[in-house]
Amino acid sequence: MKTDLFLLKYGELALKGLNKPAFEKKLLNTIKRRLSKLGNFSVRCSQSTIYVEPLCEIDTEEVLSVLSKIFGIANICPVVKCEKDLDEIEKTAVELIREYRTTQKTFKVESKREDKSFPLNSPQLSREMGGRILKNINDLKVDVHNPEIMVNVEIRDKAYVYTRKIRGAGGMPLGSNGKAAILLSGGIDSPVAGWMICKRGVCLEAVHFHSHPYTSDRARDKVLDLARIMAKYCGRINVHVVPFTEIQLAIIEKCPENYLTVIMRRLMMRIAEKIAVANNAQALITGESIGQVASQTMESLVCTDSAVSLPVFRPCIGMDKEEIVTISKKIGAFETSIQPFEDCCTIFVPKHPKTKPTLAEIEEAELLLGDIEAMLDDAIARDEVVVCE
Amino acid sequence: MEVYLDNSSTTRPYKEVVDAMADAMYNNFGNPSSLHRKGIEAEKLIKSAQIALAEAIKADPEEIFFTSGGTESDNLALRGAAAANRGRHIISTQVEHPAVLNTLESLKNSGFIIEYAPVNKNGEVDIERYKKLLRNDTILVTAMLVNNETGSIQPVEEMCRLLKSVNPNAVFHIDAVQALGKIPFTVSSTGADMISFSSHKIHGPKGVGGLYVRKGTRISPILFGGGQQKNLRPGTENVQGIYGFGIATKMATDNLCEKMNKVRFLRNSLKDGILREISDVSVNTPENSAPHILNVSFRGTRSEVLLHTLENDGIYVSSGSACSSHKKGPSYVMTAIGLDPQLIDGTLRFSLSEFNTEEEINYTLDRLKVAVSSLRKLMKFK
Repeated sequence: MKTDLFLLKYGELALKGLNKPAFEKKLLNTIKRRLSKLGNFSVRCSQSTIYVEPLCEIDTEEVLSVLSKIFGIANICPVVKCEKDLDEIEKTAVELIREYRTTQKTFKVESKREDKSFPLNSPQLSREMGGRILKNINDLKVDVHNPEIMVNVEIRDKAYVYTRKIRGAGGMPLGSNGKAAILLSGGIDSPVAGWMICKRGVCLEAVHFHSHPYTSDRARDKVLDLARIMAKYCGRINVHVVPFTEIQLAIIEKCPENYLTVIMRRLMMRIAEKIAVANNAQALITGESIGQVASQTMESLVCTDSAVSLPVFRPCIGMDKEEIVTISKKIGAFETSIQPFEDCCTIFVPKHPKTKPTLAEIEEAELLLGDIEAMLDDAIARDEVVVCE
Repeated sequence: MEVYLDNSSTTRPYKEVVDAMADAMYNNFGNPSSLHRKGIEAEKLIKSAQIALAEAIKADPEEIFFTSGGTESDNLALRGAAAANRGRHIISTQVEHPAVLNTLESLKNSGFIIEYAPVNKNGEVDIERYKKLLRNDTILVTAMLVNNETGSIQPVEEMCRLLKSVNPNAVFHIDAVQALGKIPFTVSSTGADMISFSSHKIHGPKGVGGLYVRKGTRISPILFGGGQQKNLRPGTENVQGIYGFGIATKMATDNLCEKMNKVRFLRNSLKDGILREISDVSVNTPENSAPHILNVSFRGTRSEVLLHTLENDGIYVSSGSACSSHKKGPSYVMTAIGLDPQLIDGTLRFSLSEFNTEEEINYTLDRLKVAVSSLRKLMKFK
């Protein structure tokens, strides 16, 4: 059936106080911007509900796919409008149930009467509609406690009927919580980490380290593809592709082999911090999870952490790989993340990496590199910024 | 300088081919099946390509069919022959292209018995062991004429003769995708009943392949449609692509020996240069090989890193086979010829064409030397 209106309910935004109008405005702007690619829509909000009304022909599922990726929205209900007439309402409700029902066996009608001139009050309307639906669809039963289908009828300027409630992305509206820089590797974890922080209303700046010829251009393109997938949720992301080969070679040449990975990660963090500061980001994000690899032991994390002074957010820190994969699949990044572009970085992985490095050892080893600041600045000066949206 | 040494993956089309195709695409847009003049014009272009390919291998133009590429030609030949002949036993070799191996694998799942003849260290079929696999109910043998990774040449004529002496009704198919325009061969010199070709390996367009089918060979179609190409490969023909393939065939096979002598000379000078100037290498291309392929392993290196380092210098090569780049794990061809697993990691394939020059080869050798030694230093080799 043609959708006349989408009702969007806020998540926790509804609980906010004085900041709420500002957050609402950001949310409405995001909705308008994202929907503009699909056509003309009227978007307004009233009493913690956003009304999205298509002003052109639309594909309901396409609109839902866009709306369900916008942070700050808890639920989305595609509504069909009809005349405030019992027969009309019955017809619409039955048709909606028939269209979307698969194996569900039970239902319940819930009504709301905003237009008090309507002759039936809410409980009466629910009862009446329940009876009418039962007459139309034989194998459906009423269950007022755990209905599988919830038929909503709202009497407003018209009668609004909806049976579907699609889960939104949740979280806080984009831009309501500053900006952070994510270290994007091309693996499974970092896009998930970025998505989780972004969900809290944080805008993203991304940093990727490219080590041609030790990694291929396909690996770089894969990271950009991942950023584009994230952008469907997180909005536009600037990806800073930083040439890292020279630094890596210097580390290999000058530092003890078993410290390679930790030193490399520390320098990556320092570069990311510089890029973050230059782009007004207030924190760093990584996809690290305790103990996943040698560079993510508690000791290694302590060493990486102390390379920078910005806070480092690691939303995956307590998650198992399986849990990270579940989110990665949910946001549509998994298939891209696991593309097997030869990762020649393995030649930079020491045979026996130090799993319990101390900060003092690492800092001493880093002295062998000479003028680190100059190396980092040189890499940043040659970075390439790719806008992903 | 840009040096393209990945001609076994694909080639740059001849300028003449591109121009002729563009013209044909715009002006000769008719459907070859149409009864009117536009249709006849288009049909003539296809005939010209049949003639070109038939002349190159000394066949009858009526025996030439066109497909969407080498993969489809192999599929049509193998599935088509398997379906049309009574019996279940098929023989191939360990070093075939995935287009053959995976087609055979799917035939195996539908009940055929597939056996693979092993190869020696030169990548050539071990004839004695091949002989032992032959049965009087063997319906089909398929082998590649030139191996895409090593350039090895299979003794197809002998394989064919042995097959026919055991079962005269059996079908012999060769995959000549890497052989056309590189080594001289004909239908009678190989004895083949079916031969697969690909256009884009000989400076023609992508998306076009050919299949020679000897008259009287029992074969069923694998696609069904409007009866084109004697119903063996229905579907409106890719007219301009086929036309381009025909021109490329003619150009690539004219003066073949002369052109390939030059390619062989360049390939050998690259090989000699590598052997002379780089230590701990293994040349995996045998003496008796197609002239354009050189497969070399550099101990203590990683082929992808070498590949990308050379790429930075404008030199394009392949690590093993490009078709293998989709999956991880060592090349099965290199494993089949018994190469030390540690060497497989550092294997590059250089594949030349008539367009390469001596200057390019010298430049490549020079950059390769630097790439290998700096990577070895990094990987702490010795």
